[in-house]
Amino acid sequence: MAVADIVKRCQDMYEDLNFTYAREWKAAKAGRKVVGFLPVYAPMEMIHAAGCLPLGIFGGGDQMEVIHGDAYYQSYICRIPRSTIELGVTGRVDFVDGMIFPFVCDVIRNLSGIWKMMFPNVWSKFFDTPQNFDPSIGGDYYAVELQELREGLEQLTGRKITDDDIRRSISLYNENRRLVREVYAFRAKEPWKAPTSEVYVLMRAGLMMDVEEHNQLLKDYMAAAAAEDRPKRDNVRIAIYGSFCEQPPLNLIKSIEMAGCYVVEDDYSLVNRFITEDVPVDGDPVRNLAMSFITHSVETSCKYVPKLGEKGKYHVAQVKQCGAEGVIYATPSFCDPALLDRPMICSALTEAKIPYISFKYAENSGQMQPIREQAGTFADSIKLWS
Amino acid sequence: MSTEAAKEPSMLMQKEMIARNYEAITSKHETGRKVSSTFVPGNLNELLMCFDIVNNLPEINAIQAGMRKASGGYIMEAEKSGHSEDVCTYVKADIGQMSKGNIAPNGKPYPDPDVLMLSYTGCYTFMKWFELLREQYKCPTLMLHVPYEGDGHSTKNMRDYIVKQLKEVVIPGLEEVSGVKFDIDRLRGYLKNSAKAEDDLVWCLEQGKHKPSPIDAYFGGVYYIGPIFTAFRGTEDAVKYYEMLRAEVQGRIDRKEGPLTPEGTSFNDQKYRLVVEGPPNWTHFREFWKMFYDEGAVVVASSYTKVGGMYDLGFRHDPDNPLESLADYCLGCYTNRNLPTRVDILAKYVEEYEADGLLINSIKSCNSFSAGQLMIMKEVERRTGKPGAFIETDLVDPRYFSAANVKNRLESYFQMIEQKRRGGGSKTVAA
Repeated sequence: MAVADIVKRCQDMYEDLNFTYAREWKAAKAGRKVVGFLPVYAPMEMIHAAGCLPLGIFGGGDQMEVIHGDAYYQSYICRIPRSTIELGVTGRVDFVDGMIFPFVCDVIRNLSGIWKMMFPNVWSKFFDTPQNFDPSIGGDYYAVELQELREGLEQLTGRKITDDDIRRSISLYNENRRLVREVYAFRAKEPWKAPTSEVYVLMRAGLMMDVEEHNQLLKDYMAAAAAEDRPKRDNVRIAIYGSFCEQPPLNLIKSIEMAGCYVVEDDYSLVNRFITEDVPVDGDPVRNLAMSFITHSVETSCKYVPKLGEKGKYHVAQVKQCGAEGVIYATPSFCDPALLDRPMICSALTEAKIPYISFKYAENSGQMQPIREQAGTFADSIKLWS
Repeated sequence: MSTEAAKEPSMLMQKEMIARNYEAITSKHETGRKVSSTFVPGNLNELLMCFDIVNNLPEINAIQAGMRKASGGYIMEAEKSGHSEDVCTYVKADIGQMSKGNIAPNGKPYPDPDVLMLSYTGCYTFMKWFELLREQYKCPTLMLHVPYEGDGHSTKNMRDYIVKQLKEVVIPGLEEVSGVKFDIDRLRGYLKNSAKAEDDLVWCLEQGKHKPSPIDAYFGGVYYIGPIFTAFRGTEDAVKYYEMLRAEVQGRIDRKEGPLTPEGTSFNDQKYRLVVEGPPNWTHFREFWKMFYDEGAVVVASSYTKVGGMYDLGFRHDPDNPLESLADYCLGCYTNRNLPTRVDILAKYVEEYEADGLLINSIKSCNSFSAGQLMIMKEVERRTGKPGAFIETDLVDPRYFSAANVKNRLESYFQMIEQKRRGGGSKTVAA
């Protein structure tokens, strides 16, 4: 398959707010269930092991008009909960049997309660990951939470989830994570061959399709992109942080690239990168999932950083590892986690002499000229003075 | 508005207790006592007392700054240094205050805390707030993660997790900071005091069921909860304070009087009985309160007075199960409960306190409270058949208090209640 074909397929899925793929997947076999999840991390292995399709729901993007959703939120609350409600009220996710609301912030946390009230027939779960990262404290707690999630999914589907079911799913998702890491490494090495506007839709589509199919797609994309002859431009290499929950419109990513930036690192839709190493397959699979979260997961604003002096070091290390020359800290308006973190992360960048700019967006931002100008000026300043 | 507010003996006692605590905080270099910073919801005051640690609460300091009209300048100072206009103004008031000399209400500088006791209950911002303060103070931070009651109840796993953190992180950490060995019997003694004070607090709050109500459970309520939500839960002083408060409330019931207004008059002509959800605005506190009693509106129950513990639902600190009881306390604070539970609580208040309806004061700064409040209002209206109303202000940012807008909305709401009483229209529409 050519790059253009793969990207078109992914972009069609990404833009499809009727979730046709998931609907068809469910309809293909009696008894199948779909379980949606919001950013920023959900243990997809467990959903998959239950025989369900994990469906990443990242709001409504810039293609959907929010009418009903605005009646549920004040003007000073971000857009993703409004558009998620819009998806629910307009019946676009009426086929979804379960919803997982992972811990991101108080807004998404409270959305889980709204969902329970609005859609009482949908199994919905607020999924609280630990903020204590001691394996014998937070790890033990999280293992039991995962076990409770397992039991909830068993009730939803009416079938037992065996340890072997989970092990099989872990293997598939380990492969997925390995391939995802390869794609990002490929992008960091030769960003002109794997622009972020393509990688982004490839990843977003992956959070809406069967994992084995996505694994194949990732392999196909890397092979096709490596073979394609694309010119290397005189762009600067930048990392983007602060965009882990409400996602920017695709046009914003394209605008940054058009302004002379190669995005070589980002925190968009982190789900399939949240765990950074293979989850062990042997032994107690629930414990293995818990410990992988505790010991090998990314640093993001939704997680507490236990050690003094460590805040932002992860970002600095990532920037250095991927050879980025600067950072764009791009956050959704009213995003508490990203905006409260911003002074600390930016201070760590300053200390490491990494230039940065910051701006805010919404998932339906439409005016890209200021973004292009800001990103372009930033790129020029790096080229001229860094 | 500039005149000194009339105060009852319990208020004067509380004022003296608070002054003493500020003195203890600001004199730490002379006394050698250690100071912790911590939060109101899920605060572990009894535990801190076991280590002779003085409890300083940045939220309360921000409120103090708000009431003294100083918070606006602090917030702008923080925004100038890169803190977003979108985030919590308590945080910005606290951070801005540091760059303005960090002066306590007694005129002396706040000393740096020796420990940040991050009991993280019901509010995500707490975690970031102390990450920010830790950058500044570079002192030990003890995190107590309290899981959210997403399914409407706590579980054994949640409780075990908290107890384990108390045993393996918090207590050893406080021992190290203070040099004092933990004595569980000392904790039991303090918890016994807590339970006594909690009994009296609940009694006082429940008197809002009387007509006229002898209390205002929102504007007056913030004074009633002062000692128990802050640095005094577990002390003999708090026990005495609540005995005194109880006697005052009983006296008003006997005399069939309403609560005392800041102007010193008894608020007896109560036309409207409200349940209020959300924190108050602090920068215009008296002006805000006056809008209510001028119109004859008394608040008979509120959710804000449950933010530091839901004692009216039966919880008491339990000396026989000290650590488990602290865990249950943290889990049960109002904003740690899911939205369906909050709807249940508020609808119950409207019914049991025979209120005319639910008023929501939606706070720009506080997503923990605010996200979902419009749904809460609709649900409570649906269940009780009583009209709801929605006003918007902020905690300590004066830029977000629009007196005219708030007053207009309140007046419309009271008209709506009148109309409802006269049987005019069966539909309930939010003001």
